[in-house]
Amino acid sequence: MTNEPIIPTRKLLLVCGCLLGLTALTVVAYYVDLGVFHTPVALGIAGVKAVLILLYFMQLRYSSGMTRAVIIVGLLWLGLLLAGTMDDALTRGWLNVGAP
Amino acid sequence: MAESAAHLDMQFENTAQQHDTRIFGMWVFLATELMLFGGMFTIYTVYRAFYPNAFAEGSRHLDLTLGSINTAVLIVSSLFMALAVHTARTSARRLPLALCLSATVGLGILFLGIKGYEYYLHYLNGEVPVLNWTYAGAQAGQVQLFFWLYFAMTGVHALHLFIGIGLVSLLTLLALLGRYKPDSYTPVEMTGLYWHFVDIIWIFLLPLLYLIAK
Repeated sequence: MTNEPIIPTRKLLLVCGCLLGLTALTVVAYYVDLGVFHTPVALGIAGVKAVLILLYFMQLRYSSGMTRAVIIVGLLWLGLLLAGTMDDALTRGWLNVGAP
Repeated sequence: MAESAAHLDMQFENTAQQHDTRIFGMWVFLATELMLFGGMFTIYTVYRAFYPNAFAEGSRHLDLTLGSINTAVLIVSSLFMALAVHTARTSARRLPLALCLSATVGLGILFLGIKGYEYYLHYLNGEVPVLNWTYAGAQAGQVQLFFWLYFAMTGVHALHLFIGIGLVSLLTLLALLGRYKPDSYTPVEMTGLYWHFVDIIWIFLLPLLYLIAK
């Protein structure tokens, strides 16, 4: 019906295996003392898992540029929300006007 | 295509355009869903930056074993959802599609069951704000804030999964009735996108809630 190629079953199973492996890895990393890299590593692994799901399960690899634009803009908006809010929250103490 | 059951709405040139438009609409909807969860992720980020120790303490009260098992359950459910889309695209047989979809539903219900059991354990341990809150260690108020966010984020996620289970159950029924064929499977793919999105949200909730600090 659409012109998108069909991702073979074998590849879907492989992606699932990678996702389960990365889940095990993130739990192992939890028990390793990584210092300040603790949270970045955990979020990095989650990011890789999300990209795998987006590319293969959600077939983003074969989606149109318009679909990709929606996702990029959605993430950009989330970034703006986070950056703008944290910018405010973390600098309130500087002027001594009611830090929480 | 002319004799197929695929219905073509008047505003579309052909079924491929109709399919792509509907899938695109689903992506736009998912972008709005990202904003909904994004608001909660932002609240979480602000308060974790303010009270890192209380959040680490709260995180230690979560059951990582159940959390990771649930992650695996949801990943495998996503695999079956992807296989369902694959099956709907490549074969007109009803049973394989219905089986993939019902496996997705079953794993979704298992996830909610494990999540419910975790909530029950929190209740027994006095870790549920308002209903039963007995934690009296250091920074009790801030730890309670962590648990408010924990219940809000996992609760909204569970609600999404509950809706997903309803949708995929309906798809299973319609698949058994022979509604989906390689030239008309758009609802299966749309629901699949929603299911995978809910999976991705959980994949971020695992490190943010369960894996803060040892």
